[in-house]
Amino acid sequence: MTTFETVIGLEVHLQLKTKTKIFCGCLNEFGSAPNTNVCPVCLGLPGTLPVLNRRVLEYGMKVGLALNCSINSFVKFDRKNYFYPDLPKGYQISQFDFPIAKLGFLDILVDGKEKRIGITRAHLEEDAGKLIHDTVNACTLVDYNRTGTPLIEIVSEPDLRSSQEAYDYLTGLKLILSYLNVSDCDMEKGSLRCDANVSIRPLGQIKLGTKAELKNLNSFSAVKRAIDFEVARQTTVILSGGSIVQETLLWDEAKGRTVSMRSKEQAHDYRYFPEPDLVPFIIKSDVIENMRQSLPELPQAKLSRFVSAYKLSTYDAGILIQDQSLADFFETCAKSYPDTKKIANWINGPILKEMNERKLGLTQLHLSPLNLVKLITRVEDGTISNIAAKDLLSDIVLTAKDADVLIAEKGIAQVSDDAALEKIVDELLAQNQKTVQEILSGKTTALGFLVGQAMKKTQGKANPKKLNDIFTRRLHHA
Amino acid sequence: MTSDANIISFKKRDEMITRETVNYISGLAKLHINEVQAQKFAGDLEAILHYVEKLNSLDVSQVKPTSHVLDMENVFRDDTVKPSLSQEQALAFSVEKLNGAYKVPKVIE
Ligand SMILES: [Zn+2]
Repeated sequence: MTTFETVIGLEVHLQLKTKTKIFCGCLNEFGSAPNTNVCPVCLGLPGTLPVLNRRVLEYGMKVGLALNCSINSFVKFDRKNYFYPDLPKGYQISQFDFPIAKLGFLDILVDGKEKRIGITRAHLEEDAGKLIHDTVNACTLVDYNRTGTPLIEIVSEPDLRSSQEAYDYLTGLKLILSYLNVSDCDMEKGSLRCDANVSIRPLGQIKLGTKAELKNLNSFSAVKRAIDFEVARQTTVILSGGSIVQETLLWDEAKGRTVSMRSKEQAHDYRYFPEPDLVPFIIKSDVIENMRQSLPELPQAKLSRFVSAYKLSTYDAGILIQDQSLADFFETCAKSYPDTKKIANWINGPILKEMNERKLGLTQLHLSPLNLVKLITRVEDGTISNIAAKDLLSDIVLTAKDADVLIAEKGIAQVSDDAALEKIVDELLAQNQKTVQEILSGKTTALGFLVGQAMKKTQGKANPKKLNDIFTRRLHHA
Repeated sequence: MTSDANIISFKKRDEMITRETVNYISGLAKLHINEVQAQKFAGDLEAILHYVEKLNSLDVSQVKPTSHVLDMENVFRDDTVKPSLSQEQALAFSVEKLNGAYKVPKVIE
């Protein structure tokens, strides 16, 4: 029986979060009332001219450089022609033969080993409007607010060999993109969208099989499921003697299957030609170099640095770098507290738990790095127990109160005052002569009973270790 | 997507412009033309392309490719907000509207 190999290439569309649209001064904002962020330029009214938003080209360079691409020194725009109601001009301004960036790569981990996924190109273009399908009135409603939102499309080589690799590529890509701070990268809001080109071929064959283009993939897990479904479908077709038709398929999440997209299936003949309304762009090498220098530290570099500089495990550092705010928080804490492993444990454990339970980002929690350090220090100096500290964290993230203030308010400081504890110990020793005899005759486990009684008397505020010490001292030197 | 696209170029053509070509292009452009017109345009377009192909006989190896007729580059605008149209103004161009949106015939099942 023939073994097939899966071949996947991904196209990721990323909305860039500039203040204004790519070619006009309309607000680039999600969620406004329909058709309120539109003007003659983005509505494509006759006689208007697009002018490129400077920041779009900068963001495009950033994305390209972060993905190890080379930046074209000569960049131009082209018209991609097609008719659809979401496109008021009847063409989309995109880039054809001189995109902003080309020939990059992104490394993913496959079975613990690094695998390099090629990035063919990244090009700038304008987003189309939004179509709302009104089933009640059996019509389509068009909102042009999204028209002209700057997009960068990142096209991978067909280097991905499984749905898991596709998933890992997307996760890695999203992490890098989020570090650049050029987009919300939010699939739910559509600021990050993904199409997958999927084909199969007999293992060992060089020639690519006929591909299907999967659309309507609304989450990374949907990408994974859709690819798995599509690979199974294509395998069945080929094994039963059929052949794959090149087509666009829509993923139906509810039904868990791909469906053929008949209506838009006019030939992919976009008749690209140079956009006459925009002059070309020349990017000098020093501009590219400056941009490269200004890139933030990227996830992979941060991971390595966290492991070497802070002696963290790859696992701990790996969690911290998933969220830049976590990583920054960690580093600020590390400046005033030496035990980096302990800081990482607090962030990756209780703090992440608070974030997940409250569905909030770290910056939305009222927790300052210094307050966390204070909390950790209070556990260490025996003021509060570890369990009490975790409870306290929940209060801090809600109230923003200082750890010491909360400890005082709640009266949860452990009684470490030796005189007070010694008094309690002496009382208990006097009241429990029988137990004392047992302990002295070698039944040391009975000490636990006395410590427990002392804890009760202090309403749990005593430091058990300290109590143990005092009991032991008193018993042997009484 | 780009791999499917073809860009207009002045490479040597293997095929004549036929009525079918004209019908295909007019279909893409949503232009309604009849067979008589298609026949005529096929001839016209063939003549135009034939004329343009004369360029192929020139030696342009020393000439910089032209991507734009204006000898300009790097025309930008700053990322600053300008007033948009009001919804009412925007929809004034519509044939039909509903709930603040342009209303068009149903485009997808
Ligand atoms: Zn506009």
